[in-house]
Amino acid sequence: MKNLKKIFALVLAMSMIFVLAACGGNGDDKDAEKMKVGFIFLHDENSTYDLNFINAAKAACEKMDVEYIPVVNIPESNECKEKALDLADRGCSLVFADSFGHEQHMAEAAKERPDVQFCHATGTTAHTSELKNLHNAFASIYEGRYLAGVAAGMKLNEMIEAGKFTAEEAKIGYVGAFTYAEVVSGYTSFFLGARSVCPTATMEVQFTGSWYDETAEKEAATTLISRGCKLISQHADSMGAPTACEDAGIPNVSYNGSTVKACPNTYIISSRINWQPYFEYIIGCVKDGKEIDKDWCGTIATESVLLTDLNDKAAAAGTAEKIEAVKADLQAGKIHVFDTSTFTVDVAKNPNAKVDDDGHLTSYMADVDTDKNYTPDTEVVKDGYFHESEYRSAPYFDIKIDGITLLNEKF
Amino acid sequence: MENHEKHIREPFFHIAKRDTVVWWLAWLIRIASVAAALIVCAIVTVLLTGENPIQVYITMIDGAIGTERRIWGLLQNTAMLLCVSLAVTPAFKMKFWNIGAEGQVLVGGLATAACMILFGDKLPLIVLMPLIIAASIVAGAVWALIPAIFKAKWNTNETLFTLMMNYIAIQLVSFFTYQWSVPKGSGQIGVINQDTRAGWLPEIGDNDYLINILIVAALTFAMYVYLKYSKHGYEISVVGESENTARYIGINVKKVIIRTMLLSGAICGIAGLLLVSGTDHTITRDTAAGRGFTAIMVSWLAKFNPLVMIFTALLIVFLEKGAIEISTIFGLNAAFSEIITGIIIFFIIGSEFFINYTIKFRKSKGGAAQ
Repeated sequence: MKNLKKIFALVLAMSMIFVLAACGGNGDDKDAEKMKVGFIFLHDENSTYDLNFINAAKAACEKMDVEYIPVVNIPESNECKEKALDLADRGCSLVFADSFGHEQHMAEAAKERPDVQFCHATGTTAHTSELKNLHNAFASIYEGRYLAGVAAGMKLNEMIEAGKFTAEEAKIGYVGAFTYAEVVSGYTSFFLGARSVCPTATMEVQFTGSWYDETAEKEAATTLISRGCKLISQHADSMGAPTACEDAGIPNVSYNGSTVKACPNTYIISSRINWQPYFEYIIGCVKDGKEIDKDWCGTIATESVLLTDLNDKAAAAGTAEKIEAVKADLQAGKIHVFDTSTFTVDVAKNPNAKVDDDGHLTSYMADVDTDKNYTPDTEVVKDGYFHESEYRSAPYFDIKIDGITLLNEKF
Repeated sequence: MENHEKHIREPFFHIAKRDTVVWWLAWLIRIASVAAALIVCAIVTVLLTGENPIQVYITMIDGAIGTERRIWGLLQNTAMLLCVSLAVTPAFKMKFWNIGAEGQVLVGGLATAACMILFGDKLPLIVLMPLIIAASIVAGAVWALIPAIFKAKWNTNETLFTLMMNYIAIQLVSFFTYQWSVPKGSGQIGVINQDTRAGWLPEIGDNDYLINILIVAALTFAMYVYLKYSKHGYEISVVGESENTARYIGINVKKVIIRTMLLSGAICGIAGLLLVSGTDHTITRDTAAGRGFTAIMVSWLAKFNPLVMIFTALLIVFLEKGAIEISTIFGLNAAFSEIITGIIIFFIIGSEFFINYTIKFRKSKGGAAQ
């Protein structure tokens, strides 16, 4: 009984403390003036993909002097819609989500709150949607991949000259997530960049079927290396492929940021999308009351496409100068990444393609306006090159070109 | 030299089983443990982050019930967790360790998604909805039936069996996510029938989730009555207490196991239905979101009483929602909110120990030796 009284007294005392605390603690943290921007991230800073967005969002919010409100680990489900609306309730006039699978849930949120702008990276439907407050964005990352490919080609040349293997053996390995336009466009531009300096280069691609699966990515890279690939690149978000390369001593071209710390001997260069210019653009638009572009595409010129952290230890001599030269040519329009004279296409594998007698592409109908049946709706080959990311920011180059062998396919 | 007093040395304290505890003392211990948990969390918060702990708790409450939308979200999530908890309860009461609720929910959801995708624009709603409901219930029930039959016929270990069935379910969902991905190759299905809303559970009034909450409320009541007042419920308790007794009084144990697991799986199937057709309108590998495992805790904390489970489910969802808000507002790593939730749940589970056992300290003088 005595103990009981003690416990009772303790509980009573505790509850008093909390009641008092609750009364006294009404926050005075309401910054009435500052605009609020909400960010929805698929994972947290442990994922290279999300870290790239998180860093850009923080920097942009600081520069534009707005309040940065992040929410992390939001799955591609109804949770995304709920969070987006919750951020709107909180007073955000602009909400951004970073994963492809968030798009339709953002659209649902946009329907409910027409007074708030909802922006979304890598999506495909905003430009045909009736929703005025839903926006897509991407960047011409194929240009960055092409430049990274040039660095890869130079490394191959250097290894051929050093007598490590013959020119015919110059095979590149590529670890992809899904057999999907964004990935196909990425590895094709990378390959064309490499072949522009190393004409005998070929490529093999292995898909993992996941955007983030460290074991599968490592396994895929190891498979490619054992099949005789002399250089590896990847389009998936984990450290699987870069670490497999470091273990095997095979050069690696990375994506989404430098992996030089974990792979000091094999990391060459990385291409990535810099989202800061886009964030500054949308924040600026909302501040000034301007319309945000339905479908925004960043380029090298807007500094949305970056090549970062060239590693002199692994890269071939003269890589930096060569990349600058090619970059200048790309920007001046002297060369095009998907120049149809630089590759050939097998029509049997690509029903939407038309080619001339030599196998060069003359016409391609792409599915730019996303619909259920993937109806090809837009002619994208003109003036001797494939116009990627021009009719829609998200990539639509999904052609299988000669010289690249797909070891498997994952839809 | 022999020491005669040595053989009756008593330790400084020992643990003894309590006989029975009056309900109000049990609740006092529980409340005290929550209070103690909050104090420990406050200390951890100050040490690790330097934030004002009281501000942190206010943020927590705000995150769970701060706006009308958050209250609905809280109720919706509670209903979903409660639904899975209701499903595992009869099995656990029977001492059948059904660790496979996660998988049973997923296949229920997968069946729902399959019907929505394949027949969404082919069948009229009046045919489609019953088909979806039947498919999800059957899928969940079959997923539970397989380990139940093996248990009943060959006495296989149901813990391992149901656990393995989870992985099969997850891989099945992965497989069909490739098959049905929109756009093809993206690896995600996206919102199913976004324009036509075919196969979506209807909104009641203006609220998306009210129908889910009402269905689960009805299920809760039905499960309470079933376990407490029906012959089946009685048979479940007897089998759980002692299989031999059950056999002795003429209960067909195999039949009870199979029947109970069918029920357990069927309710998991309904949870899958509510998640896919009533909430997400899509399916991913994460649709069940660990509820199959959290549900075990909810059910156990409530001592398998469906009405008490309303509160335990609410408590856990409240803590989760509040913890997420903390990491958002204070810019802390998401792992921090999980630390807080972990501490609180640890104390709550620990309180059950003090309800069942008491600690007796050595009497200071004279009492040690008789």
